[in-house]
Amino acid sequence: MRNILTIARKEAQTYFGSPMAYVIAAVFLAVSSVFFISDLQSTELARLTGFLFGAIVLLTVIAPLLTMRLVAEELKLGTLELLMTAPVREVEIVLGKFLGAFAILFAMLLLTWFYPLILKLGGGEPDFGPVLSGYTGLLLFGSAFMAIGLLASCVTSNQILSAVVGLGLLLLLWLLSAAGALVQNVEWAKGLLGYISLTNLYVDFLRGVIDTKAVVFLASITATMLFAATRAIEARRWR
Amino acid sequence: MTTSTAPQVMIGVEHIYKRYGDFPAVEDISFEVYKGEVLGFLGPNGAGKTTTMRILTGYMPPSEGRVTIAGHDMFTESLAARKHIGYLPETVPLYTDMTVRAYLNYQATLKGMKGAHKQARIDDVIHRLRLEDYADSHISKLSKGYRQRVGIGQAIVHEPDVLVLDEPTIGIDPIQVVETRQLIKDLGKDHTIILSSHILPEVSMICQRVIIINEGHVAAMDTPENLSSRLGGPDHLRMTVRGPAREVAALVRDQAGVITVDANNTAYEGVVRLEVICRPGRDVRPQLAAAIVNHKWDLLELQAIGMSLEEIFLRLTTKEDYDADA
Repeated sequence: MRNILTIARKEAQTYFGSPMAYVIAAVFLAVSSVFFISDLQSTELARLTGFLFGAIVLLTVIAPLLTMRLVAEELKLGTLELLMTAPVREVEIVLGKFLGAFAILFAMLLLTWFYPLILKLGGGEPDFGPVLSGYTGLLLFGSAFMAIGLLASCVTSNQILSAVVGLGLLLLLWLLSAAGALVQNVEWAKGLLGYISLTNLYVDFLRGVIDTKAVVFLASITATMLFAATRAIEARRWR
Repeated sequence: MTTSTAPQVMIGVEHIYKRYGDFPAVEDISFEVYKGEVLGFLGPNGAGKTTTMRILTGYMPPSEGRVTIAGHDMFTESLAARKHIGYLPETVPLYTDMTVRAYLNYQATLKGMKGAHKQARIDDVIHRLRLEDYADSHISKLSKGYRQRVGIGQAIVHEPDVLVLDEPTIGIDPIQVVETRQLIKDLGKDHTIILSSHILPEVSMICQRVIIINEGHVAAMDTPENLSSRLGGPDHLRMTVRGPAREVAALVRDQAGVITVDANNTAYEGVVRLEVICRPGRDVRPQLAAAIVNHKWDLLELQAIGMSLEEIFLRLTTKEDYDADA
């Protein structure tokens, strides 16, 4: 546990010490505010749905950019060799790095606290149920996305390649959600694709529903990807 | 020998093999390093030095064989074994966006240190490696020599029993090389050290024992002195004479005890430089000097090169057989 926190702290400090995280956070805030405002203007409803909708799209792009350096950079610098000869388990390396990246995501979402505040101060009566469930959804989706990005970072020493692989995997996952419409005739496939459809899952969060099925599904993606990342690092020993 | 008087084995390597696909990088290497010993690991590029060190440090498992560090099996008790090791890879990998102090703190924490003891030890290492002026500088701002020191710093910060240093003096300037060698000598007083190098005088200077490996095999293992005497071979002299090149060479070749003479004209008019190989165990220098002077030539230089570790190394790794010529 101590090793995980040590690595997580180091990763978080690296993010906060580099312009990359700030630029990404600034872009995230700027673009998501457009979604927030345009939804507000078109519906005149005191809700965060516009922001939350934009945020998940942005996260799809941002998550692999945040995670691309996690292991790829260590491979490039050669520092992974020191990490793997230190008395630290591979799973601790992976969890530490994941937690460090998660801290950045969490901090970035914290910066959006003024969106609900604006709704309140603007005289609206926002329903905080969907707001909270929406943020929960963002964090769960963000975790899964970053776990996928972390796995992509373990397979190459090239950060750009890692980001491209991560983004590719995420886009495939989204496309899989839309594929349900293409197989209307095949009952079981339609059912399965509907079940794992990211869109369906996220819409529930926006409605204010925190479904156990969705939580378990997203947490399993995260866990599976982190497990695969651990194995990917272990596999480097056998080359 | 009873166990109470036997020196403690800190690094045990038993019949390790490592294959990359079909390519055998290391084949049947075995050796032991005892507590307090400084062992040199010599070999040409691609001989398997780095592979062996990576196996020792637990970075990669051997295809076959067993490694123990301070009594812990590297495969079955990897974490316990790794706690005893400080490792400096050849490339000196560092997080360049961290300050020296933050980096050492990170490494010390990962290696299980904490609290006031850790802080005191970090200060100690910074002082010992004379990094005080750079303690709060980013590593990216440091020169290669200082980075090397930071690399050594992370290897020793947790006071490990065993230090594994892969080419610790490569790529740094000559003054720093001298300092680093002295540092390693000092560290040898309370650590067991294995270092690889292809600089032979360095190894004979620092190490009590040398292993020469070539093409994945142990070619020789002994003290630098014993290696020299065991493979004694012909003595080697260098002479510089002012005189007619051809006659000088002929005269020297005719002396008893001389085996071969290799004469080169130098840039100076009328000066010849000779490389002389003579039979071991017989000093032909007075005889050579007298002969030159008798011919009224000027003996400008007469130097015994002896059998350097370098020659032993070359001979062992290139399979040349001088004795057959002699």
